[in-house]
Amino acid sequence: MNDSHYCPHTPEEIREMLSVIGVASVEELFSAIPAGLRAKTFNLPPGLSEFETLDTMKAIAADNSACLTSFVGGGYYDHLIPAAVDHLSGRAEFYTAYTPYQPECSQGTLQALFEYQTAICRLTGMDVSNASLYDGGTACAEAVMMALRVTGRNRVIVDGCLNPFSRQVLKTYLYNLDVEVVEIAPLDGTLNRAELAGLLDQSVAAVLVQNPNFFGCIEDFSVLAQQVHAVDALLIASVYPISLGLLVTPGEMGVDITVGDGQSLGNPLSFGGPSFGFIAAKKAYIRNMPGRIIGETVDKQGRRGFVLTLQAREQHIKRHKATSNICSNQGLCALRGLIFLSSIGRQGLVELARLNRDKAEYAKAQLAGIPGVTVLQSAATFNEFTIFLPKAADGVVMELLKKGIMAGVPLGQYYQGSENCLVLTVTEKRSKKEIDRLVRELEVALCN
Amino acid sequence: MQLIYEQSVAGRRGVRLPVSDVPAATALPDNLLRREPAALAEVSELDLVRHFTNLSRRNYSLDTNFYPLGSCTMKYNAKALENAAGLFSSFHPMTALLPGGAEFCQGSLGLLYDLGQMLADITGMDEVTTQPLAGAHGEMTGILLIAAYHAAKGNKAKKKYVVVPDSSHGTNPASAAIAGYEVITVPTAPYGDMDIELFKKAMNDEVAAVMMTCPNTLGLFNPHIQEISDIAHGHDALMYYDGANLNAIMGKVKPGDVGFDVIHVNLHKTFGTPHGGGGPGAGPVGVKKALIPFLPQPRIVMDDDGQFLLEDHNPGSIGRTANFFGNFGVMAKAYAYIIMLGREGLIRVSEQAVLNANYIKERLKAYYDLPYDTTCMHECVFSAGKQLEHGVHAIDIAKFLIDKGYHPPTVYFPLIVKEAIMIEPTETESKATLDAFIEVMIEAALAAQTNPQQLLDAPLTTPVGRLDETKAAREQNVCCIG
Amino acid sequence: MAEMFFTKEHEWVKVKEGIGAIGISDHAAHELGDITFVELPKIGKTVKQFEVLAAIESVKAASDIFSPLSGTVVKINQALEDAPEIVNESAEDAGWMVWIEITDESELKNLMTQEQYSDYLKTL
Repeated sequence: MNDSHYCPHTPEEIREMLSVIGVASVEELFSAIPAGLRAKTFNLPPGLSEFETLDTMKAIAADNSACLTSFVGGGYYDHLIPAAVDHLSGRAEFYTAYTPYQPECSQGTLQALFEYQTAICRLTGMDVSNASLYDGGTACAEAVMMALRVTGRNRVIVDGCLNPFSRQVLKTYLYNLDVEVVEIAPLDGTLNRAELAGLLDQSVAAVLVQNPNFFGCIEDFSVLAQQVHAVDALLIASVYPISLGLLVTPGEMGVDITVGDGQSLGNPLSFGGPSFGFIAAKKAYIRNMPGRIIGETVDKQGRRGFVLTLQAREQHIKRHKATSNICSNQGLCALRGLIFLSSIGRQGLVELARLNRDKAEYAKAQLAGIPGVTVLQSAATFNEFTIFLPKAADGVVMELLKKGIMAGVPLGQYYQGSENCLVLTVTEKRSKKEIDRLVRELEVALCN
Repeated sequence: MQLIYEQSVAGRRGVRLPVSDVPAATALPDNLLRREPAALAEVSELDLVRHFTNLSRRNYSLDTNFYPLGSCTMKYNAKALENAAGLFSSFHPMTALLPGGAEFCQGSLGLLYDLGQMLADITGMDEVTTQPLAGAHGEMTGILLIAAYHAAKGNKAKKKYVVVPDSSHGTNPASAAIAGYEVITVPTAPYGDMDIELFKKAMNDEVAAVMMTCPNTLGLFNPHIQEISDIAHGHDALMYYDGANLNAIMGKVKPGDVGFDVIHVNLHKTFGTPHGGGGPGAGPVGVKKALIPFLPQPRIVMDDDGQFLLEDHNPGSIGRTANFFGNFGVMAKAYAYIIMLGREGLIRVSEQAVLNANYIKERLKAYYDLPYDTTCMHECVFSAGKQLEHGVHAIDIAKFLIDKGYHPPTVYFPLIVKEAIMIEPTETESKATLDAFIEVMIEAALAAQTNPQQLLDAPLTTPVGRLDETKAAREQNVCCIG
Repeated sequence: MAEMFFTKEHEWVKVKEGIGAIGISDHAAHELGDITFVELPKIGKTVKQFEVLAAIESVKAASDIFSPLSGTVVKINQALEDAPEIVNESAEDAGWMVWIEITDESELKNLMTQEQYSDYLKTL
């Protein structure tokens, strides 16, 4: 057994400590646990050195296929990450700190999160942001809970074009609550506005939409915002932060609460986590925000500093009346998001967004040239778009996986009657060569 | 320090992007475009690196300072864990969700499955879901599983309450409330555990669950735990175990053996993954057999050939609690931690965590009030009551410790102890570190008598002194207007 | 000047011509510390005696304000929205929170007089 490097006491030190405590053995310290309740088995294997451990971990990782060319998104996106993001977020002073409850010795984390909140507000055009939530789906759920509190109503309308996973998370959050969720089936991959108009009345707490949506379609929700406000409900939009390099902001459209997944901002795919969720809102709703919020203030000498603020909303003070149960959030991932945005910068984000769209538009045009393939044309798109195949997409995707290509997300599983539809994502990381190969292989797969 | 936005110079950038190899697309219609680019920072890479490096130096952290923050288990985060997680950074979670995709990510799925098995063994549960993204998220998931259990028995309308002791973490009542339950709070008895008589009075057939932390937030193991479980089960209420304090009991007692039906585990506490300045954590949830039908989906299962698959056609499931499979990177670290420590290593972790806490308790109890003077588990809770007689509060002692290079213990929690000082040293700290900390705590206690002003003025060594939290709350400057 | 009545939860009410002005006591304001927010009810809200009427926050605490009497809210002190510190400065006067139209003045028998409240504070 060689684990003493994480439990550093020598036998002599243990004896000294036991004599100070006044017990004869360490076991005696556990005497409060009745003998009958003691663990009868504990079947873990013996420990390993860190070298053996990493060999084991490498062997596990090798059971994954490492060389798939990805044209899938579904809420998680394969983007470039500047080297500085890893190096700076990898500073132990950031990643081995706890929640900044003691502000004087946590100004690093606190100022960084204040800068993060600022970045999110500037990106989305909203007034206030919190210091992060778990992920994009839970952020949708938290935003809906917030709208229920603000309006005191219990009916929510959800656009069926919202990411199906986020819709499922929302339903789970509301599982045991007296809240009605009305889902509107997509119309040609966009929000069915006529159906929504018929549902909007004073009973509705919120309308939840996504931009670009799960089909990749971009929509202008400015008019919708006015309709939603006319019945004193809130408009919640889930957005893809990279797209905001180009796209009209939720703030400009009149959205009340903006959420999204921050993975694309400097966080690796990492098989689905950790990333972070963001939530930003109009200032009027700040007291109903979930989670931690950093605020600016001064010390007695007038020096600027940052603190956790409006804590009276939170679970450690308000307990069962808190705005949310969230405690730990995804602080380090939010820090990565800030470093990413600060590195890429004001003009860089515009260029990055443009690069994504250029690649996707190129892929779209090439795919449209394949006989039998058509592109969903109902709306403009960013870096994701939907195509119709002449046969079921599931089989085609399986074929292409064998060629080392993740060709896209088949929609049949998520939307009945869409078995031939495929949503493709093309980020800046996909080269023209990779796109051309996808087109060739897809054409072959369709001929078979 | 300047904000990064205050260092911006128009046109400057921190990274250059690749040149496009495709033609430019036609522009989007005007109504779909933002009016102005987002006012992000415009700094060079060196400006960026200096800024964040200098910011990091304004933090106390585990790698730089002893961090005995009670209830948070600030143990050392082995460096190998970072390397372990890095091995998985490039894998897309959608791979597993594509038709035929599971075979391309057997490593990741297998890791989650095996981690679940190991956690089930440690906690005495039958199956574990790794989806929950943090401890509180695990609590909510667990309570929803309990709600599903009652609903399946036709008792949804009948079960209205969740019982928690008043010493519980704030997340417990908050999670119960978010899951649709009313909360009944049971006071703590003078012996430091939930008052068993008042508990009996609080219990009835409308109670859905009892949420316990054991050892509790006073660091005490509840000797009546089996009796409490039996009483709860007698009312068909399920027992929920808040795993925040699991570090005290590994290999000694399994929550599943003493009547608990559901547990969440904080990987970022017990299993050595870093706290990240407030996350990411991970809160896997373990359940007994009766609750397996309700677990979140997709569930990772192993078929007869040892292949890992996703199963998501279970009508009883509460659904997804997160978009994918949980904080995978955190789970890879916890997996590496568990196999590295192994069976004997984890037992030693709990033994030495408890040893360290009792050592501090014994050495400091002459200087600080100890409201519950008995053998503690992994943490001990003092009160600054004695010091208050000299006008010194727990917060002043905390600030004094900062000046001496220590991150303060948790103060003012649990709420049931006036002027609480909650110390959790963890097993990774050496006796020399504990002794030095004890000396500083004694110095603080003596200073409270002889020179209280020194404590009231602290900290003096930090970049900022005590901050005006009232101003922050009233003015709500939470973002720098561009 | 109207007579003041108090609750055990440290709310006061001043009654005049069927209207009750409600706030928290100087003692409560002092105990809470710097008040950062007062959450006021909407006009028209009806409350029963000792039900939650409003809420108040300081930096590290949040408390409910219970209505000393049953009634309907007819006026709220909007100044507190921008300047909650008024409650600290003048809890029993300018820091009033709500006026209610009283449903049942006989409920006053459940409250303490100024003198009784002073005695009560000595027992805490």
